[in-house]
Amino acid sequence: MSVQAIVPDYRGVVRDRFENFHGNQLVYVAWDKHLMFCAPFAFPVPPEMSFKSLLTDVATDVFAVHPEFDQLDWSKAEWLLDGQPFIPQLDVALKDQGISHKSVLRFQTPELKGYMGADI
Amino acid sequence: MNKNKVTTMAAKKLSLKEKYSLLTRDLDWEFSYQDRKDAFPMEEFEGIKITDWSKWEDPFRLTMDAYWKYQAEKEKKLYAILDAFAQNNGHLNVSDPRYVNAIKLFLTGISPQEYQAHQGFAHIGRQYGGVGARIACQMQSIDELRHVQTQVHAMSQFNKYFDGFQSWSNMQDRVWYLSVPTSFFHDARSAGPFEFLVAIGFSFEYVLTNLLFVPFMSGAAYNGDMATVTFGFSAQSDEARHMTLGLEVIKFLLEQHEDNVPIVQKWIDKWFWRGTRLLTLVGMMMDYMLPNKVMSWKEAWEVYFEEAGGALFKDLARYGITMPKYAALVEKEKEHISHQAWWTFYTHGHATGFHTWIPTDEELDWLSEKYPETFDKYYRPRWEMAKKLEAEGKRFYTKALPQLCTTCQIPMLFTEMDDPTQIAYRDTVYNGDRYHFCSDGCKDIFHDEPEKYVQSWLPVHQILQGNCGGPGVEQVLSDYYHFNVGADNMDMKGSPDEKRWKQWKGVA
Amino acid sequence: MSKVYLALQDNDEARYIVEAIEEDNPESTIIHQPAMIRIEAEGYLVVKRETVEEKMGRDWDMQELHLSLITLGGNVDEDDDQLSLSWNE
Ligand SMILES: [Fe+2]
Ligand SMILES: [Fe+2]
Ligand SMILES: [Zn+2]
Repeated sequence: MSVQAIVPDYRGVVRDRFENFHGNQLVYVAWDKHLMFCAPFAFPVPPEMSFKSLLTDVATDVFAVHPEFDQLDWSKAEWLLDGQPFIPQLDVALKDQGISHKSVLRFQTPELKGYMGADI
Repeated sequence: MNKNKVTTMAAKKLSLKEKYSLLTRDLDWEFSYQDRKDAFPMEEFEGIKITDWSKWEDPFRLTMDAYWKYQAEKEKKLYAILDAFAQNNGHLNVSDPRYVNAIKLFLTGISPQEYQAHQGFAHIGRQYGGVGARIACQMQSIDELRHVQTQVHAMSQFNKYFDGFQSWSNMQDRVWYLSVPTSFFHDARSAGPFEFLVAIGFSFEYVLTNLLFVPFMSGAAYNGDMATVTFGFSAQSDEARHMTLGLEVIKFLLEQHEDNVPIVQKWIDKWFWRGTRLLTLVGMMMDYMLPNKVMSWKEAWEVYFEEAGGALFKDLARYGITMPKYAALVEKEKEHISHQAWWTFYTHGHATGFHTWIPTDEELDWLSEKYPETFDKYYRPRWEMAKKLEAEGKRFYTKALPQLCTTCQIPMLFTEMDDPTQIAYRDTVYNGDRYHFCSDGCKDIFHDEPEKYVQSWLPVHQILQGNCGGPGVEQVLSDYYHFNVGADNMDMKGSPDEKRWKQWKGVA
Repeated sequence: MSKVYLALQDNDEARYIVEAIEEDNPESTIIHQPAMIRIEAEGYLVVKRETVEEKMGRDWDMQELHLSLITLGGNVDEDDDQLSLSWNE
């Protein structure tokens, strides 16, 4: 049973359908083991946006406040897309490399240990 | 009834048991020309089987005459103190102006839920075939209405002198962190009458409400806030009855039919999990927002859940009920969640309707002492970082909106409990859409009823869909949330609250 | 055996009630906390009307307990003369 309802075949309204975001899709981005940022960020972006543009035009501004950001080399970052290892193609649109509405992108930088080496 | 009989009845003083039986048995009637099922249409769809409503018993055997009498007395006592509090400028006696922010969170986060409890009990009180249950729910519904009213009255004194109290009822439906308690009650109220009673009456009132009121009200006493102590304890005197009702409900359902056992267990698992997630906000209030601290969240959890709840579930074992599914995980979480939550609020302090701050050095030491296993290792470095940034004039506020858990609606701030440096991610794809969760508990709840939770009104997504005004966060805060931006939000340091306090106290 | 408990507001009335509880439940533990008094005991605790009346020096209705009660743990049974808390294990 997909819901305990008093009427038969009850169906809920899907509130976060792609169509509700006026042409954007949601992408969540997190820098693993850098808990200065308490949770992943939610960005509304066009599915046609390139991965490079997501990094430079969207993510950079938000993550740049971290003291280790200057040492961050995007080309060395390791990525997970929805929990699976992922190699991004910088000039390809998000939608053409499997980054769909409400996908989670996490990047890991094993050589950067966070503020005071405490994964912060 | 003839006149003669009335006089004889009045002459004899009825015992509690007799009065209760007259009220709850002799007021009911048989349905002779209507189908009982039409009168109580919600009684069966949840799968709960009731064979004999007359087995329902209120152990307090409270009747309406006694109810009104004692509630009136409670009110008189309470309002005498609230008057004294106002006449003596009680707001000046609080330990520290930071304290008042805990009260702002209480008014916006908790009081509106008292109102939802009132509505919920009024609704289900109509839905049961048994009079005893209907009356108990009616009394609780009136109690809960009293709670919201007394809380608003008590806090109106603070509203005259501090920012952030002005639009609590509007904020309830709109503000990102307030969707956590609001959606909790929406979830319960949109369930059937038996699930509501297990959710609110048992899981919340019996198992968890002590963690909300008792340490928090002792905390108010410790911080010189007589108004809050008084409404808190006055409400809590009803709570003792609510808790007892919650426990009686569970026993009643379990005794009525063995088929009820797995249904009740599933609800206990669900609502225990939802409740502990909700109480994250309380943990944060206790550990970070009370300047004079009574006990840590961890200690409160140990006394009020592990000890008291342990006894309860041992008692229920004879029905085949076991400890809630994620109780063991929550035992680990008590070391972490208050710290993870306050860091989240601190870093989102531009978007909160109360002030946030870095704990003082003495408070940091208190936290180290209370959380020897975790605080220095995982959490103190964050505050060292925050202090450094603040000293450089770069008080840290995050620049984008957080991802939320679909079920509990809390930002995805919780870590794996075996690795507190790693955010916990859970997700699922349902009918082609992806959904995210903070935990297995929240994912389980979604999976059980996906058609319910696909409807989650997630504040971040609503903002990003353009449904909350804007375009910028600043306009959402001022026009949609009704914050006084620059006064209600941001750091305690430099706030108008702080400035006024210093003036009143004559310190520069 | 698990603990049953009740907590009362720390007020004038409650002090007599606590005295009565202490007398009727010699094994109980009384814990003073800010603004409240917690009484706990292994398995069983009883509040008796007669003892409270003796301590207060006036008539006292069992249901007046609700005016000072903050919280309790255990299965409740109340009639005109007593309120008891117990666990059945
Ligand atoms: Fe309440
Ligand atoms: Fe309640
Ligand atoms: Zn969750």
